[in-house]
Amino acid sequence: MSALERSPRGGAVQRLGRMVPFPAGASMARALVERNIRAYRSRWITLVSGLFEPVFYLFSLGVGLGALIGQVDAGGGRMIEYAAYVAPALMAAAAMNGAIFDATFNVFFKLKYTKLYESVLATPLGPRDVAVGEIAWALLRGSLYSTTFLLVVAVSGMARSWWAVLAIPTATLIGFAFASAGMALTTFMRSWQDFEYVNISILPMFLFSATFFPLSTYPEALQWVVQATPLYHGASLVRSLMLGDVGVGLVVHVLYLVMMGLVGITFAARRVERLLLT
Amino acid sequence: MVAQPDDPPLIAARGLTKHFGDFTAVDGIDVEVRRGEAFGFLGPNGAGKSSTMRMIGCVSPPSGGTLRVLGMDPITHGSQIRGRLGVVPQRDTLDEELTVRENILVYGRYFGLPRSVIRERATELLEFAQLSERADELVEPLSGGMKRRLTIARSLVNEPELLMLDEPTTGLDPQARHALWDRLFRLKRSGVTLVLTTHYMDEAEQLCDRLVVMDGGRIVAEGSPRQLISEHSTREVLELRLATDDHELYEAKVSDLATRVEVLPDRLLLYTDDGDAAAKIVHERGLAPLSTLVRRATLEDVFLHLTGRTLID
Ligand SMILES: Nc1ncnc2c1ncn2[C@@H]1O[C@H](COP(=O)(O)OP(=O)(O)O)[C@@H](O)[C@H]1O
Ligand SMILES: [Mg+2]
Repeated sequence: MSALERSPRGGAVQRLGRMVPFPAGASMARALVERNIRAYRSRWITLVSGLFEPVFYLFSLGVGLGALIGQVDAGGGRMIEYAAYVAPALMAAAAMNGAIFDATFNVFFKLKYTKLYESVLATPLGPRDVAVGEIAWALLRGSLYSTTFLLVVAVSGMARSWWAVLAIPTATLIGFAFASAGMALTTFMRSWQDFEYVNISILPMFLFSATFFPLSTYPEALQWVVQATPLYHGASLVRSLMLGDVGVGLVVHVLYLVMMGLVGITFAARRVERLLLT
Repeated sequence: MVAQPDDPPLIAARGLTKHFGDFTAVDGIDVEVRRGEAFGFLGPNGAGKSSTMRMIGCVSPPSGGTLRVLGMDPITHGSQIRGRLGVVPQRDTLDEELTVRENILVYGRYFGLPRSVIRERATELLEFAQLSERADELVEPLSGGMKRRLTIARSLVNEPELLMLDEPTTGLDPQARHALWDRLFRLKRSGVTLVLTTHYMDEAEQLCDRLVVMDGGRIVAEGSPRQLISEHSTREVLELRLATDDHELYEAKVSDLATRVEVLPDRLLLYTDDGDAAAKIVHERGLAPLSTLVRRATLEDVFLHLTGRTLID
C-alpha cells in the first residue's frame, strides 16, 4: 500500500467522485472523474491559479474601474454600483472559460496524444461514459471556482439577495452548456491551430455579452446578436439571482443552457464512438 | 484446466469480416477458441490480426459474419464482455499522467472493482511484472519491456477469463521477450485462456497450443504448430548459400534432392527429411556452397510454403 493510498486525500477522491450525480447509461463515468482527480494532484498549482483569475478581474474592473464609472442601469432604470453589475458576468464568464479549457484543450490532448480513451474504451466504459465523465470533471472543478468567487462577492457586499446562492448551480449549468458544446467541437479538431476558432469565438463573447456594459447601450440591431449568445443567457441569469430579480422570465435562460448542454453531450458521445470505435 | 468437448467456445466467429471503406481487412474468417487453450494468430504485417483482435475486444464493430465472445454478442453486450476480458493492445496505452501503481489502481476502477480489492491485486501484479521497485514512479521513463509488462499486469486487474495479447513482444530485446513468455506461461498454467497475435514464428511455436495462419485477411491454415509443420513441411530443412547473385540458377541442380525447393534472394531452402544426407550429395556434386545449415522446419517454412512469402519482410 502506498503512502498516497493511505492518506486522507485518497478518501477525498472517493467522496468527491460520489458527489457527482451520473445519468443512466453512464454509471461508469465516475471512474474517469476519479482518474482525472488523481492525475490532477501533481498539478494542483494550476487549480489555484484558476481560482484567482476572476477575483483579480473583479477587483481591477469592478472595484477599481467601477469607482470611475459610478452607477449603471441594471434594467428598468434601476441604478446599481458597477461592481455589483459586473460581478455576476465575471462569474458566468469564469464558468465558461473553465469549462472550455477542460473540455477542449485537455480533451484534445487526451484524444490525440495520450490515447487515454483508447485504453478506457477497452474496459466496460463506453463512449457515453467518456463524454459524461469528462464533462462532469469540468463541472466539478468549475464548481470549486464559482463557490470561491461567490464567497468573495458576498464578503465584498456585491450580492444583494439570498437568491445569490443559486448562482453556484447556475455557474455549473453554464459550465455544462459550454463543456458539452466544447467537447463536441473538439472531436472535429485536427490540430492545435483549430483552437484559434475557439479563441476567436470565446473572446468577443466574453467582452460583448452584456458582460461589461448593459444591453441597452448596444445599437438595436446588435442587441439581437448579443441576446443570441449563450454567455448572455448565463450572465443574465447569474445577475438576476445576485440582484434578487427573480421571475418566470429566467426559465428561458435556463432552457437555453440546458438544451445547449444536452445537444452537446449527446453529440460528443457519438463523435467519440465514431472516432475511436472503428 | 482442460477444455471439455461440450464446453461452449469462448470465442466463436463465422464468416467474420471487417471493411474499412472499400478495403477488406478481414475477409470472412472462422475461428473457435476453447477455454484454457493458448490460441494464436500468426501472420505478417497487414494480415488483419489487429483488426480481428479489436472486433473480439468489442472496440470495433464487425462489418459482417457472426461473432460471439463468452457466449455474448459484442454489438449488444460489449460492456459486459469487456468486463471479463484482459486486453493488451499492439501499442501500449498506459496513462502517462499517473504512476506505475496508479495505472493499475485506476484501471481497476474502470471495471467497477472495490478499492480494497484493487489495492491488494495491484501489489501482487506489480510483483508479477517485477515492477514493485518502480511502483510510485511515473510511467514515462520506463523501458519498453517494463511498459509492456505493466500493460500486461494492468490487463489482469479484473482477473480476466480471456486475455487478448496483440503482438506482446514486438520491439523487445530477446531477454525481455523470454521474460515475458515466462509470465505468459505462468498465466496459462493458472487457467487463463490466451489469444495472441504475432509475426514471430518462434513465439507462436513456444506459446500456442493451436493457431491459425493469416494472410491478406484470410486464414490459410489452422492447427497445432506441430501439425502445421508436419502437414506443410518436411521434418528438416537444408539451407544452402551459394557463390552467386541468382540462386534461381541452381534450383534445377538440387531439386531431385528434396521434396520441395524454395528460392530466396540469398539462399536455397531444400525441404527434406534428412538434411545431412542432402548436404553430402550437394558437396559431392561439386556445387561448393559458401555455407550449409541443417535445421528443423519451423512455422516460418509453413508460411513460406503457403503464401510464397516470408513472415517478416
Ligand atoms: N482504422 C483503419 N482504417 C483503415 N484501414 C485500416 C484500419 N485499421 C487497419 N487497416 C488496414 O487493414 C489492414 C489490416 O491491418 P491490421 O489488422 O492492423 O493487420 P495486422 O495487425 O495483421 O498487421 C492493413 O492493411 C491496415 O492498413
Ligand atoms: Mg497488428
